[in-house]
Amino acid sequence: MNKHVSPKMNRRAFVIGSAAVGAGLAIGLDLPFGGPAVVRAADGSPEIGAWVVVRPDDTVVIRIARSEMGQGSLTGLAQLVAEELECDWSKVTTEYPTPGQSVARKRVWGDFSTGGSRGIRSSQDYVRKGGATARVMLIQAAADSWKVPASECTAARSVITHTPTGRTTTYGKVAEAAARLTPPADVKLKDPKDWKLVGKGVLRLDTADKTTGTMVYGIDVKVPAMLNAAIKDCPVFGGKLKSYDEAKIAGMKGVKKVVKVGDTAVAVVADTWWHAKTALEALPIVWDEGDNAKVSSESIAKWLAEGLDNEQPAYVGNKNGDVKAAIAGAARKVEAVYNYPYQNHATMEPMNATALYTADKCEVWCGTQNGEAAFAAVLEASGLPAEKCDVHKVMPGGGFGRRGQTDYVRQAVMIAKQMPGTPIKLLWSREEDMAHGRYHPITQCKMTGAFDADNNLVALHYRLSGQSILFSLRPEALQNGMDPAAFQGVAQSGEAAFGYSVPNLLIEHAMRNPHVPPGFWRGVNVNHNAIYMECFMDELANAAGQDPLEFRRKLMGNHPKHLAVLNAVAEKIGWSKPAPQGVYRGIAQVMGYGSYVAGAAEISVTDGSKIKVHRIVASTDPGYVVNPAQVERQIAGSFVYGLSALFYGGCTVKDGKIEQTNFDTYNSMRINEMPKVESVMVPSGGFWGGVGEPTIGVAAPAVLNAYFAATGKRIRSVPLRDQNITFA
Amino acid sequence: MANLTINGKTFTLDVEPDTPLLWAIRENAGLTGTKYGCGIAQCGACTVHIDGVATRSCGVSVAEAEGKKITTIEGLASGKTLHKVQEAWIAKDVPQCGYCQSGMIMAVAALLSEKPKPTDADIDEAITNICRCGTFQQVREAIHTIASA
Repeated sequence: MNKHVSPKMNRRAFVIGSAAVGAGLAIGLDLPFGGPAVVRAADGSPEIGAWVVVRPDDTVVIRIARSEMGQGSLTGLAQLVAEELECDWSKVTTEYPTPGQSVARKRVWGDFSTGGSRGIRSSQDYVRKGGATARVMLIQAAADSWKVPASECTAARSVITHTPTGRTTTYGKVAEAAARLTPPADVKLKDPKDWKLVGKGVLRLDTADKTTGTMVYGIDVKVPAMLNAAIKDCPVFGGKLKSYDEAKIAGMKGVKKVVKVGDTAVAVVADTWWHAKTALEALPIVWDEGDNAKVSSESIAKWLAEGLDNEQPAYVGNKNGDVKAAIAGAARKVEAVYNYPYQNHATMEPMNATALYTADKCEVWCGTQNGEAAFAAVLEASGLPAEKCDVHKVMPGGGFGRRGQTDYVRQAVMIAKQMPGTPIKLLWSREEDMAHGRYHPITQCKMTGAFDADNNLVALHYRLSGQSILFSLRPEALQNGMDPAAFQGVAQSGEAAFGYSVPNLLIEHAMRNPHVPPGFWRGVNVNHNAIYMECFMDELANAAGQDPLEFRRKLMGNHPKHLAVLNAVAEKIGWSKPAPQGVYRGIAQVMGYGSYVAGAAEISVTDGSKIKVHRIVASTDPGYVVNPAQVERQIAGSFVYGLSALFYGGCTVKDGKIEQTNFDTYNSMRINEMPKVESVMVPSGGFWGGVGEPTIGVAAPAVLNAYFAATGKRIRSVPLRDQNITFA
Repeated sequence: MANLTINGKTFTLDVEPDTPLLWAIRENAGLTGTKYGCGIAQCGACTVHIDGVATRSCGVSVAEAEGKKITTIEGLASGKTLHKVQEAWIAKDVPQCGYCQSGMIMAVAALLSEKPKPTDADIDEAITNICRCGTFQQVREAIHTIASA
């Protein structure tokens, strides 16, 4: 804002930049007669603060910095702004500021990162203030025009009323004047009990285009004169590209260029992607696979198993009492070893990005969960400064954590940089996407529980061995080498706290980092920690001869919120009454992303190997529920994602490469395998938790515990397909 | 060159006969509503109607599709009047990321034209598309809503 730029030039530059995908917002500066600068949107309508644009026809444009990827945050965030703004919801539309615009304005829209179930909870405060600020300014502008005190005016559904006289005006009519006012220094937010729009399951704002084929995903971006690229990166992580024989594909139809991408990959650029992919498959490539080519799932498993040995070093994440002494002096102990594999995000839309590089500008169009991280990748790969770069976010065909990474953005820019002036759309084949994921980390866990003579649990030792995500992706977040996130769901305190009190407790992590790159996969470390802990809780209950629910309850007295969701699920599934004939139940609870969740499943099992899931009940306490319809969908979707991984998932390593290549070897649940999920929302208020991820933690253990109830057999290894167990 | 009849229009496309129909639709005809998900006819994101039958267009060549009536998601509505499946999808807020939904909607439209009142078992058998977001219960609910209208 304090930069002296020509408004017209600035606006035109942004309009050109965003025209290719038909959307986006333009920023123009308007410096009238001294007062505060008015910032204008593409169509000339004024901003009333950074979050709200009001058009003369009363349409309200709400800016959304976080990414929509199907989870519904775009609608939820708009609800939060609109609640405070008191605007007409039927006239609300949204737009994404670009990261470049945000950086140019001192990050006025805050963090763009959309992961860790943070979309709403980490921005609810300032976006609500954005709505409230705009409301105060609009009311003030109306009051000024009537020459009455603002305190005599109220606003509802975009209409401002001067209460004593009954005069009215609308937001659209006073927007120009409001935009010229100095924003109030502080605004008071509504008490949640007064919310009218927040808490309602209103329809999403972005549905219609998804039903007609008109929604633009990254794969659909069209830029004039664009070419298409297909890429192959060394299938062994850490390996390099040695050589390729370009002459062999020289005459192939549509091929324009073959380019090296960094030290590890080669791409074919062609008129169409189909031509690029066909030529790439025909291209002889020699890889320098390096030492990692010796690594296999077996060698990784062996290495991790060594970490379960108490003599090996480990980081302590949660501890009280003296576990070793308590176990040594116990009347009885129970021990089990579990493991959880690598998982691929397998978003429906494979990774892709479109880049246009010229000597003085680099623009990228892509689906991303983190516009600012993508922007940083563009700067780095292009070598251009921030003011010459931008990222235009389009709808991602799924994220689940994968699109928080920027490898595909960087590649697109590296290719485009070798063809200045030509827009390049880089699309990964599904096979490339399976081979170059950022995989859910691999772990094993050895648990030991000890009882006194009266069957009270006196000690619990939880020893995790395996990969750290932060070690690979955010080493600066390690604490003296320890990955605090490794203890998600079993942590001492915080947003993923352990829900049980055990007099002697030791939870530790022997970090082992294989060469396969890990990533944040929906639910992240909650996934395996919840399986290990909740299945072992069931083992302990069984060993103590107690009901799994009652056994847990006795350990949860100091964890009332954990207990409340567990009780809610137990009540809804009817735990106190017997299940139908031939049907068996399992239950689980965990805390993650600031929310408390529990799940219960009813299943039947045929021949010990065919599972039919009849019912799933899930409860959540995220503090506040902004849009119950969308929360319900996130809960149900978490079960589909979590159970797909349990039954069909698992990425294995052979010769240093991932073996699974497509949905035939990395399958996903279909409609016939998935029952209706009955969700119970018990928001207790006073805190803001996330909803996109925590529920996935209870999906697998609820079903695994039900399987034990049905068969008496304990499954301690994922995926089930390895044990020839599948859906009925 | 190939002549394809898509959504009632004839497209003369510079495309090899062995090109998968999916890519001819997306890249040569420029209709990007039909999505690429796997390329091996597993996920259903590329489902179109060929002579009224729901078909995974990544597994059909241009040569095989010539002379047949192809309908994509863009051709499902009648002018500005949405197909009843699209209407139900909006009313029931079915899509999450939406990427699989073009294929899902085409599969459901074909099912309903064959069986206007499908049972749950009919749905289980006919709808085999992958949705990684997990919209299945909204899909099922929306189908039943259409069937009972």
